[in-house]
Amino acid sequence: MRVVINIFLKEGVLDSQGKAVHHALDSLGFEKSVQDVRIGRQIVMQLNTSSESEAREEATKMCEELLANTVIEDYSIEI
Amino acid sequence: MSKKVGIVQFPGTNCDYDTESAFQQIGCETEFLWYKDSEIPKDIDLVVLPGGFSYGDYLRSGAIASSSPILSKIDEFTKDGGKVLGICNGFQILLESGFLPGAMKRNDNLHFISKHHYLKVENCDNPFLSDMKKGDIVKIPIAHAEGNYYIDEVGASDLRKNKQILLTYCDENGNELNPNGSVDSIAGICNIERNIFGLMPHPERAMEEILGSDDGVKMLEGFLN
Repeated sequence: MRVVINIFLKEGVLDSQGKAVHHALDSLGFEKSVQDVRIGRQIVMQLNTSSESEAREEATKMCEELLANTVIEDYSIEI
Repeated sequence: MSKKVGIVQFPGTNCDYDTESAFQQIGCETEFLWYKDSEIPKDIDLVVLPGGFSYGDYLRSGAIASSSPILSKIDEFTKDGGKVLGICNGFQILLESGFLPGAMKRNDNLHFISKHHYLKVENCDNPFLSDMKKGDIVKIPIAHAEGNYYIDEVGASDLRKNKQILLTYCDENGNELNPNGSVDSIAGICNIERNIFGLMPHPERAMEEILGSDDGVKMLEGFLN
């Protein structure tokens, strides 16, 4: 089963990369269209299970133990 | 009897030999430990996680190293009174593995910063900085891209209350000067029990006046007491 995990800095934790990219877009003339930019990380995995609930449970454990640093990051799991 | 220092090598560690040289300079015996080791030798007084780029900083700095076999032994080692020092990437590993609170982010300016920086000693009632006085200013090199220490408000106030903040970034007069965006300009912290220490600056690179500073000597010598 294909699992997609998106990891972003938590709300309230300054995203310096997002801010820098936002500035760069502004200077390219997109200042009217861009309100906010955030940079994250996407992890795509193939899991052996065919059960959605099992895949979600496994992926959650993986995020908590390694894939995300929950001190500063939030994650979401798409199956 | 001289103290024995175990220096852990991970794939991508690059400050292992500088660290070995620094501790030998102050009269310690040293031994390299391998990240896959499942034992920390009994005669080791201090385990150092040196700087570098363990696992190429993949995922997050220190994230993959934090699940190495030797890290699982550090818990027992410190409960038996052993001390642990994490320098730069070693500090990141201690944060990722939860031995110290908080996390590292990219520097606010997104640059790799490599230069000498002044640091202020905030607390010295711990073995690491026992040879120093509160308010002392030292000049120690920093070299990192992810040294922007983050902890939430509650965590930061606990650190202050428990005197776990060891070093903060400052200018040569001791005024706050923050190179990377760290909360409260924090450069180094310890755990509540005061036997696990982490800092981003490199004391092992400040061992010779002719190379810019020898302020690292009196920091590392704290471990000899």
